[in-house]
Amino acid sequence: MAVPVHYYLIVSALLFGIGVLGVLTRRNAIVIFMSIELMLNAGNLSFVAFSKALEGLDGQLFVFFVMVVAAAEVTVGLAIIVTLFRNWKTIFVDEVRLLKG
Amino acid sequence: METAWVIPALPFAGFLINGLWGRRLPKKFVGWIACGAMGLAFLAASRLLWILLQETPTGRFWEPVYYTWIRAGDFQVDVSFLIDPLSMVMILVVTGVGFLIHVYSIGYMHEDPGYPRYFAYLNLFASAMLLLVMANNLLVMFVGWEGVGLCSYLLIGFWYEKQSASDAGKKAFIVNRIGDFGFLLGIFLTFWTFGSLNFREIFEAALVRFPTGDAVVVGITLLLFVGAMGKSAQIPLYVWLPDAMEGPTPVSALIHAATMVTAGVYMVARCSVLYALAPFSMGFVAMIGCTTAVFAASIGLVQNDIKRVLAYSTVSQLGYMFLGCGVGAFVAGIFHLMTHAFFKALLFLGAGSVIHALSGEQDIQRMGGLRSKLPVTFATFVMGSLAIAGIFPFAGFFSKDEILFETLMSGHWVLYGLALGGAGLTAFYMFRLVFLTFFGESRMDPHAAHHVHEAPRTMAVPLMILAALSLTGGWVQIPGIEGGRVFGAFLDPVFHEASQLLGHHGGATHPPLWLEGALMGVSVAVALAGIFLAYGWYMKDPQRPVRAAQKFARAYRWLFHKYYVDEFYQATVVNPLKQAAESTHQWVDRRFIDGAVDGTGSAFRSLSAVVRRIQTGLVHHYALSVLAGACVLLLFVLAL
Repeated sequence: MAVPVHYYLIVSALLFGIGVLGVLTRRNAIVIFMSIELMLNAGNLSFVAFSKALEGLDGQLFVFFVMVVAAAEVTVGLAIIVTLFRNWKTIFVDEVRLLKG
Repeated sequence: METAWVIPALPFAGFLINGLWGRRLPKKFVGWIACGAMGLAFLAASRLLWILLQETPTGRFWEPVYYTWIRAGDFQVDVSFLIDPLSMVMILVVTGVGFLIHVYSIGYMHEDPGYPRYFAYLNLFASAMLLLVMANNLLVMFVGWEGVGLCSYLLIGFWYEKQSASDAGKKAFIVNRIGDFGFLLGIFLTFWTFGSLNFREIFEAALVRFPTGDAVVVGITLLLFVGAMGKSAQIPLYVWLPDAMEGPTPVSALIHAATMVTAGVYMVARCSVLYALAPFSMGFVAMIGCTTAVFAASIGLVQNDIKRVLAYSTVSQLGYMFLGCGVGAFVAGIFHLMTHAFFKALLFLGAGSVIHALSGEQDIQRMGGLRSKLPVTFATFVMGSLAIAGIFPFAGFFSKDEILFETLMSGHWVLYGLALGGAGLTAFYMFRLVFLTFFGESRMDPHAAHHVHEAPRTMAVPLMILAALSLTGGWVQIPGIEGGRVFGAFLDPVFHEASQLLGHHGGATHPPLWLEGALMGVSVAVALAGIFLAYGWYMKDPQRPVRAAQKFARAYRWLFHKYYVDEFYQATVVNPLKQAAESTHQWVDRRFIDGAVDGTGSAFRSLSAVVRRIQTGLVHHYALSVLAGACVLLLFVLAL
């Protein structure tokens, strides 16, 4: 029996909300990073759900792109975090606030 | 004549070679390039004359068109030349006298470190001057006009390390700008009136459209004459020329005596049709010319710098040329232009030879007795002086006498009297120069006297050629003899319309011969009186000028200080302008413009001081604002 599409969308929205909260509230750069991944995958879930419901492959195709982008982003992001740690001996983002008015 | 472009192109090529690579080329080569370019240009000009003479007198008129420079609607300006007897005379004078002066410069400038630069400028000058005289429209003429002005500036300030030289260069440039402004306005008015700048088209249209004395033509001619006043150093814009003597002497000879300063006379003669349509302008030209002739001659009487005396003499002689043009004797004006180019170039080069021999001394009070030490310079200088004084049979006699004669024939008694008096002054100051420089006891600095040497061959040969021309140059226009007016007959077709308008005799119905002969006798008598007076004052009784100066102390002081004209301009024009500039600087520039610029900056600073608080540097805040923005967008989309 097929689960209706709006169930998936609710889960996706919840995951996205958790991700947003994580980004906004956590200080640790790596946790923020993980939260961003959560948001990306919430998007992926919606894509797949829609793809199934509409019986097209476009959504699944987009998911691959998103995963590729996510992988690339992780690479760059982790490199930044490593450099940040080397220079500042911290990965708490609220301690790194040189760029301000 | 399709190849006429090579004449200005050759000196320009010389300018490029010497200007770009001159410093790396051997000195000898630099001189050869510069003189070779001028020599070839002279040969090309001679060939052009030969071709021109093959034509019938009325058919001597070519307009080779090279390319269209500007085309806008009906308006078109071509880069094209006008080859006719008038421009031919100018081309030959510029290339011929120019070539001799280039050769002379090899000797004169030999020691100078700026040797290649000098020749590059000199060639550029010749090229611009040729463009000026060969142009067939006012705009191309204006390009040449400005080109020679630039070269004049560069060469007056050639020894730019010297404060007085660079000041003199600036003065010449600025005073010329005033004249050029008038000239430019004249060009605009011409274009506005006729819709064309081509000489032939303008003249044809003017003859059809305007009656004699029409205000528009008077306006055009007066504005163009303002340009001529600047370039040809007439009252009130003559002040730059005496100061221009700061340049090297061959430059004074070429630019400030033989060629550039005569551009104004050439321009007036070229526009003879327009001037003939404007009797008021003609009278104005004649009056300014005559006044300048006498005024400058009177200053020349008491100056002590050998080159300055010659400079005032040039101003004075240019006045005679304008007088000739102003009374409708264009042929006489151009004739005097040509002979003046010969003898004044000779006098300047002779003065240069004296200065060269005395290691830079220019004060005639510290010369004297040079006759035996500089025989060639002495002989040629005396010939030049006889020519300028107007002694038969030297060149100046024929040309100056023709101007005086035509002035009288046109009924200007007063101008004739003044010009005759000026001729006497000319003879006096020239022979004062000769006597003080070459005769009497030596008053030289003993150190300089030790080094006195006659000019090297590159300097002496041009002097001799110019001396020969100063003697024979007038023989192409002998009055009163059948077939004697060779020069006049050659030029007459150019001035045909103008002389018809003026109702001139045009050589056909000549006034009685006895009158002409009698007037010649008067001219020569006046010149001889001037020479004799100079002899009496400076040879027989050297104390006499000193006594006279004491007796007429006030008059002497006025003359010696050049009527205080420079001081007058300084007080009435230069200083008020400087003050106006200073207060503009203080109020408009500093307060208004700088205030607006600074105000813009500080306004944004204070605005950003408020706004930049948003930028906290905390990633969370940015993320929150991104979220908020996304929510707003979402609501916006949903609301739609």
